[in-house]
Amino acid sequence: MLLQQLVNGLTLGAVYTLVALGFSLVMGVLGILNLAVAELFMLGGYVGLTLMLDGQPLLVGLGAAALFTGLLGVMVERVAYQPLRNAPPIAPLLSTLGFSVIFQTVATNVWGSDPLLLPPELMDERYRIGSISLGKPQLVVMATAVGLVTALALVMRHTRFGYGLRAIAENRDVARLLGVPAPLVTSGAFALSGAMAGVAGVLIGLHYGALTPFVGVEVGLKAIAVMVVGGTTSIWGVLLAGPLLGVLEVMTVAFGGAAFRDMTVYGLMILTLLLRPQGLLGRASGAQRV
Amino acid sequence: MISSYAAGLLAEIGIASIAALSVHLILAVGQLSLGNAAFMACGAYTASVLSVEHAVPIPLAIAAGAVVSGVLGLIVGFPALRLRGIYLAMATLGFGEMTRSFFLSLDATGGAAGYSGMQRVSLIGIWAWALPLLVLVLIAERSRLWLALNAVRDDETAARLLGLNTVALKLGAFTAAAALAGIAGGLFAHWHIFIEPGAFSLDRSTEMVLAVVLGGSTVALGPFFGAAALALAPEALRFIADWRLAAFGALLIVILLLRPQGIIDKRLLRALKP
Amino acid sequence: MSLLSLKGVTCRFGGITALNNLTLDLPAGAITGVIGPNGAGKTTLFNCITGAYRPSEGEISLRGESLLGLPPHRIARRGIARTFQNIRLFPSMTVWEHLMVVQRGGGLRAALAPLSLSGDTPRRRAEQALERFGLAPFRDRLATTLPYGVMRRVELARALTAEPALLLLDEPVAGMNHEEAAGVASLLQGLVAEGLTLLLIEHDMGFVEHLCDRVHVLDFGTLIASGTPAEVRRIPAVIDAYLGVEA
Repeated sequence: MLLQQLVNGLTLGAVYTLVALGFSLVMGVLGILNLAVAELFMLGGYVGLTLMLDGQPLLVGLGAAALFTGLLGVMVERVAYQPLRNAPPIAPLLSTLGFSVIFQTVATNVWGSDPLLLPPELMDERYRIGSISLGKPQLVVMATAVGLVTALALVMRHTRFGYGLRAIAENRDVARLLGVPAPLVTSGAFALSGAMAGVAGVLIGLHYGALTPFVGVEVGLKAIAVMVVGGTTSIWGVLLAGPLLGVLEVMTVAFGGAAFRDMTVYGLMILTLLLRPQGLLGRASGAQRV
Repeated sequence: MISSYAAGLLAEIGIASIAALSVHLILAVGQLSLGNAAFMACGAYTASVLSVEHAVPIPLAIAAGAVVSGVLGLIVGFPALRLRGIYLAMATLGFGEMTRSFFLSLDATGGAAGYSGMQRVSLIGIWAWALPLLVLVLIAERSRLWLALNAVRDDETAARLLGLNTVALKLGAFTAAAALAGIAGGLFAHWHIFIEPGAFSLDRSTEMVLAVVLGGSTVALGPFFGAAALALAPEALRFIADWRLAAFGALLIVILLLRPQGIIDKRLLRALKP
Repeated sequence: MSLLSLKGVTCRFGGITALNNLTLDLPAGAITGVIGPNGAGKTTLFNCITGAYRPSEGEISLRGESLLGLPPHRIARRGIARTFQNIRLFPSMTVWEHLMVVQRGGGLRAALAPLSLSGDTPRRRAEQALERFGLAPFRDRLATTLPYGVMRRVELARALTAEPALLLLDEPVAGMNHEEAAGVASLLQGLVAEGLTLLLIEHDMGFVEHLCDRVHVLDFGTLIASGTPAEVRRIPAVIDAYLGVEA
């Protein structure tokens, strides 16, 4: 029972990690909170699941979701961030909130507010390891998350794009002097952030076997807590915080009751903000960027 | 006599303006709260329980709700106001969601099933709160105290070095804002005579912020106008019924890009003066 | 009689010692200058006095009462006002509002009274400042949109509306032409004649010599000389550290 909950928690945590990386790619580099990421997560889920319900293979669903939400991410950047990049960071926060509202309305109108159900026969293989029962969806979620995170780490470390992102995060002006094409890299960060969230949306759909237009608010926003707990500038912190909060949430629901789940997750976020604003593994200096 | 439909709209405007003023007050010190629905919930539940279970007269129950919300604001604000900008916005968002889930799990007030049994407050009862509060904020906006709040927003370090107690100013604004939201909550509860935790979700907090950004964040007439516009819009936007929220979202973005101070600002008011 | 006194004030940031064992007294009613090359610790000195930084060691007292550990706004209320090296005006405020915002007194009721109600003390004080600093023509303009010299005057006037006993000026005539600087100098002399004490940081040696009764020279956080402007001019260490480079 406990082990089973642990597996469920880790699966949820894997999804949180991906969305949190979506938030933190923009936050860590540009110091702004892109609230639309939560709704890109939801839209990605719908695009992917719709294609899969149509008989397309999983990879097509994931790829299409990533492409779609990645492009929307760039649109958010062009419209809601670029013109406001010199305004106080609250301004782009509000404009991305505008996009959140739009995206949620679009989803409600296109797919309806009733849950989109995944037929159980789509992925019904189950595997038993000792007393734990692993569904195929859970395996897919974890494998995809591990693959994506590894890919992101490699991109950050070994590509010119990753170098540019890190340089801009340190100092935008110096980065420009070093020849980093800041506008291009910024768009790239939004695209990557959107794509990560979109893929995560497909995964949450697989995990729960259902999707509603409110999954962005109910699940996606909690990834903000994951990002904060891990540290807004630290990829490794997020990798730690995602599974941690996923397991914590599942355990709270199992042993304390469903009503307490949001309290633990957000409570931990608030405690982190107050007591250790740089997060579990973040660097102290970058934390209070205002 | 006005129709009940019109009365409903006017009541919504009154309640929403008080709620928007609470966001306005926090913005005056340069901070954004994404969790004011939590204070509204606190005021709503306190006032309802008092008026239903203890037969406290409605105005008194609402005032008590405001006090409880204000105290909560003070308690929350004390640690929270060390955070700024995005970090405070995230913390208030988390606080809002926590409060909602607190009321979801609170069986004494019905949990997810909600709470009812309140007497309905009249339309005049609502405006007897909204109008004086609006006037009060309009007067306060012309005072030295409000200038001091704006000084904290403009340059907190300089303000402190020039002798302004920035901590007290921020805390005071936050507490007063919480109390205002509490009043809005109490009125909301006694107008709809039914409340549930879902009514005080992030959407509600977003709506308050939307009203302020839309109407204008530099003078109190802005939030009032914004709240009125949001309440009346469903009527005007009937032809796009299901897409109306998307229209608000788009409008929010357009306003931020073209007129970041909102539709109504000091210059516009000056220009309108005969 | 000394108004402000510093004893053994040391201020360190990590491994850097920005102020080293600084001891000095400011006589009341005088104009004291602090000079020294960039990075000598002049602005750090201001930040220690006003409570923006807390010194690592030493004692700072105003009229014999310690200021250490007080938050900046309390220190300001004890009678120390300042201006900033890189002008820090409030972007949303008009000149008139700048002259009202840091005023105190009158309790909450006065603080809540509309600015336009006439007759109360803050309003009179602001009007005097408007007159005295030649700001009347700019009364309702946003302060940050005004010419540089005017912005400096607004900062000065804003500091004075708090009715301080001691005014700290961080490069009050930087970026001003000769005529404007002379105007500021005579304004400052007028204020001192009324009992204000001034401590100023300035690079313009002509301005310092013309105005200051005493000068302290800082180099790498250490006080290397004190005296009248004419005296410090002749000290070789000062010439090496400062005058030699700039003059």
